[in-house]
Amino acid sequence: MRIALFVTCLVDTLFPQVGRATVTLLERLGHEVTFPARQTCCGQMHVNTGYQREALALVRNHVAAFEDAGVDVIVAPSGSCVGSVRHQQAMVARAAGDERLALRAEAVAARTHELSELLVDVLGVEDVGAYYPHRVTYHPTCHSLRMLGVGDRPERLLRRVGGITLLELPNAAECCGFGGTFALKNTETSTAMLADKMRDVLTTGAEVATAGDSSCLMHIGGGLSRLRAGTRTVHLAEILASTEGASV
Amino acid sequence: MAAGSRATFLGVPRILGLAGRDGGRGGADGGGGPGGARAGRPAPAGSGFLSGDRPFPDAAREALGDTQLRRNLAHATGTIRAKRARVVAELDDWEELRTAGEAVKRATLARLDEHLVRLEEEVTARGGQVHWARDAAEANSIVTELVRATGQREVVKVKSMATQEIGLNEALAAAGLTVHETDLAELIVQLGHDRPSHIVAPALHRNRGEIREIFLREIPGVDPRLRAEPRDLADTARAHLRQTFLRAKVAVSGANAAVAETGTLCVVESEGNGRMCLTLPETLITVMGIEKVVPTWRDLEIYLQLLPRSATGERMNPYTSTWAGVTPGDGPRNVHLVLLDNGRTATLADPVGRDALHCIKCGACLNICPVYQRVGGHAYGSVYPGPIGAILSPQLTGVERNASLPYASSLCGACAEVCPVRIDIPSILVRLRAEHVEERSRARVPSAEALAMAAGAWVMSDAGRFAAAGRAGRLGRALGRRRGRVSTLPPPLSAWTASRDAPRPPEETFRDWWSRTRAPRDGQARHNPTAPDDPTGREGPTAPDDRRARRARRARHDQETR
Repeated sequence: MRIALFVTCLVDTLFPQVGRATVTLLERLGHEVTFPARQTCCGQMHVNTGYQREALALVRNHVAAFEDAGVDVIVAPSGSCVGSVRHQQAMVARAAGDERLALRAEAVAARTHELSELLVDVLGVEDVGAYYPHRVTYHPTCHSLRMLGVGDRPERLLRRVGGITLLELPNAAECCGFGGTFALKNTETSTAMLADKMRDVLTTGAEVATAGDSSCLMHIGGGLSRLRAGTRTVHLAEILASTEGASV
Repeated sequence: MAAGSRATFLGVPRILGLAGRDGGRGGADGGGGPGGARAGRPAPAGSGFLSGDRPFPDAAREALGDTQLRRNLAHATGTIRAKRARVVAELDDWEELRTAGEAVKRATLARLDEHLVRLEEEVTARGGQVHWARDAAEANSIVTELVRATGQREVVKVKSMATQEIGLNEALAAAGLTVHETDLAELIVQLGHDRPSHIVAPALHRNRGEIREIFLREIPGVDPRLRAEPRDLADTARAHLRQTFLRAKVAVSGANAAVAETGTLCVVESEGNGRMCLTLPETLITVMGIEKVVPTWRDLEIYLQLLPRSATGERMNPYTSTWAGVTPGDGPRNVHLVLLDNGRTATLADPVGRDALHCIKCGACLNICPVYQRVGGHAYGSVYPGPIGAILSPQLTGVERNASLPYASSLCGACAEVCPVRIDIPSILVRLRAEHVEERSRARVPSAEALAMAAGAWVMSDAGRFAAAGRAGRLGRALGRRRGRVSTLPPPLSAWTASRDAPRPPEETFRDWWSRTRAPRDGQARHNPTAPDDPTGREGPTAPDDRRARRARRARHDQETR
């Protein structure tokens, strides 16, 4: 299958290893990956902070970057960004009175999948041939869980990883407190939420906390690092891309 | 009186005429940009206890430091969450009920003016009197005058959010009247000279030890050996209230719903105090928000199923009282209904935000909310806290008077998942943030954030500019060079590094890695995907092989272009 990678602005600039892992994984499964060079950002941060007008240019650019990508599907290693593509971009276009852009955005959204959705629903694989001999706990991010409804797809993928020890995270469905600019505007409430999430992660005894969103992992990982807690964060794509003798 | 004042009331029909009657979202009235639909509102703004005296983050900071409060909140919300989840799981048709609850509310609000007029006609035909109040001050003066006209000096009250919203107790006290709250939790709040912190459990922020202390301090003649046991505390309150119930001639209530077709009001409760207040006194005054009307009894049935399971985790609430006008020889002889706008018509004008008026005040969104669970209700300033408060209060008052509330959420979406009438709270929060930003921009309020957002949009709407910015981000590698992590950043990012490390920017963005390793092959990923020996996916960007390959490619490129 020919798959366009929507790498997301955060992964592009701060966590490129997650993008590389996604490419590695999909190619290993025998698919062709393209990277439409015009892509930048879905506009979620602008929309969620109240800057809908400013987000319009980003939506326009995103739609133009992907609508003629000549691919079967589009994948992003982020539940949150896919959520924005599916649930916000057309709304932003309509609020600006651009119905044509809204329809084009909906067409792109219909072909856009979060990584675990793509693997399980579109490509029909659960065993991706990964090997990752570590103690891992999985945090279902809010937008993948509630906006996209990925359900247990990530866990089904993780359970088939060779060598892995999966540890159940208590209160897993509770938000880590990131929330985009919420982490800055309400930093203390955000930190209180983070503290409880870190407590739950540390309770599991895992050495790695994983999730499908680099943003939430940046938050949880930033807190764990500050505490020198001895647990690190790794994106789901990186685990799934790892093979015996070649940890990504 | 009623018909005359209705003629000047609110302009509900006019607003709805503007907004369209399809009862659906979006559509033709969805345009005009964020916040556009509400611009130049002709309807009255809400007043009363709908906003606090300081922004949410400041109030939250204080609450977060109160360790007793944190424990009380975690315990109480955790208990109700679990009870709700258990009884909701029992019903096979819960999702159908929610969908019906949403649909009936949407259809009703689309013809709210007609239903309210019908309600007034039916109540009046059965011997009741209907009064219309634009805002808190009008409602308070109507109720005060009605109480004064009875010649009585004291009033018993059934727990009611509408009267909390308008500050009725304070208004009656200012008029020299004595108000007795009769719901156990409201009594605790009243005796504690406190404010409610939850729309179903107003004293949720108190534990039993604190309640015992309040009773010992405030109720005359309480045995100092009183134990902090729920049963003993309830007995104490019951003994305290019994004489008041038997003595009272005037009661004030809210209403969970009103059925237009028969002019019937409905109150659901758990303690029986409501039943006493609604049946024993001679005069009964009900204050109800205009959004509470439903057209028929068949509609009411939906909410009587949704409400108790969502609110208290009960299959059915112990007491459901309904009354229509006056029944000779049975119950109050004078029955009044005060219909309250207080910002509701203005809220109705927004095609997205109006869904907040579907709320049946169950509190499930508060109990599930990770923010509410940590800061409690007082931090929101308004009598409506939590996620629903964060979308309702700013719309009732106008967003400028409650500007921090739409941001008091991580947009995690847990609230929308439990809402019995499927209110899309996160989308309305986002909508209100846009309205706030638009208003600030119209008022030309200078803002570093707005500048940063505009600059960000300019950079990110073009791949070339974005790629350049990404490369410039490498300069950030100077930070955290020694320890591999960034622990201090300048404002506003210092809010991040106050409690979390920041990632050190990578040596190479994904985009640069891609164009270095893939793009030279004609801009497309044309390599054989089955070839496992492709080094690019697995090796670090600084691998010597890569650098050699890059130099070789550059040399080739230079040759070709020469």
